[in-house]
Amino acid sequence: MSHVLLSVTRRDLLLARRRQVEALLPLGFFVVAAGLFPIGVGPEAHLLRQMAPGVVWVCALLAAMLSVTQMFASDHQDGSLEQMLLSPQPLVGIVLGKVFAHWLSSGLPLVLASPLLGVLFDMHRESIAWLALSLLMGTPILSLLGAVGAALTLGLRSGAALVFLLVLPLTIPALIFGTGAVLAVDGGQSPQAHLSLLGALLIVTGLGAPWATAAALRISMD
Amino acid sequence: MRLDPGSITWLRGTNGSGKTSLMRILAGLSLPAEGDITWAGLPWARAGADARQSVVYIGHANALKDDLTLVEAVAFGASLSGLDDPMGRAGTALDAMGLRSRRDAAVRTLSQGQRRRGALARLRLDEAPRTWILDEPFDALDAASVDSLSRLIEAHAQRGGAVLLTSHQPVSLAGSCEFDLEPFRATP
Repeated sequence: MSHVLLSVTRRDLLLARRRQVEALLPLGFFVVAAGLFPIGVGPEAHLLRQMAPGVVWVCALLAAMLSVTQMFASDHQDGSLEQMLLSPQPLVGIVLGKVFAHWLSSGLPLVLASPLLGVLFDMHRESIAWLALSLLMGTPILSLLGAVGAALTLGLRSGAALVFLLVLPLTIPALIFGTGAVLAVDGGQSPQAHLSLLGALLIVTGLGAPWATAAALRISMD
Repeated sequence: MRLDPGSITWLRGTNGSGKTSLMRILAGLSLPAEGDITWAGLPWARAGADARQSVVYIGHANALKDDLTLVEAVAFGASLSGLDDPMGRAGTALDAMGLRSRRDAAVRTLSQGQRRRGALARLRLDEAPRTWILDEPFDALDAASVDSLSRLIEAHAQRGGAVLLTSHQPVSLAGSCEFDLEPFRATP
């Protein structure tokens, strides 16, 4: 399984490198959307600090959803997905490869850009670090859940909008625990409980979502 | 319908008679509304990875990514099939398909015929006697490529592989038989 996982990841990263505009779109949306809030709300530092975790997390959610709708679409259009389904390799391994590549090309850049937004929101240095850590644990959850939605809506005319409606409600626990960790640090408490729950969520999603995605792909292609 | 080792079956039928649907069912991409498919005596659903490995399906779509080079795209197909040295195999297969000079070209720059030949290069990745299910394989090919593919199909059958194909243009394949779908067409 590791062989096909690496092979799919390598191919999707190669494609992302050659379609840089498309690959950088979620990051651009993330920075621009989150960056608009300080301009709209005004330079009140305390207010910005208070809203920063929520704003950054919501923008990360939306940015991740933007790219996740396309996770299987081009493979479906050009026939590659048929070959993946017919492959003797485990479909779960192929799905994991695609999710991992999606996270590396779309999720990780959001994590790396989050300190910049933290500075924009005048967050404390320690809070910025915990925000980045919560996104590091949370963005893989978004890719995993997004993959299920993308597979379920494959080939549907309004598939992209449906992915938003299907997946965003499922990401609410990640949003709560992710922002909760940073708010706990801001309030002088330990973020450990929130991060533990976020970690548990990541494990559960990691164990379940690839199987659900594989089953959804088979149903969508039938 | 039986697909025996060494057989070449030309699946015939008018537009909409269900040729592609039947091929997708036989390849394992769709489930039949009724009837059973068995592979070596086992129900297809229980036959597992061995059965999937024994089938090569080439549909209407070429399964080549526009932003990859031709050799990268074919090599990805080889790695999906679990073959070792995918780049080496892809290069050799493309050379045999007369695409040596285009192997490092981006798929988006290729003509329709070259893309089709690139997709058909998957048939040359190894010489195992698999079951080839080919949906309109001659589409977009010039006369020389049609002839070359016909010889490739015949050679595969001689090695013990089975071939099921559709084609709107008449094909001359030694030892082939026809299977007409019209008598089985469901009345609306």
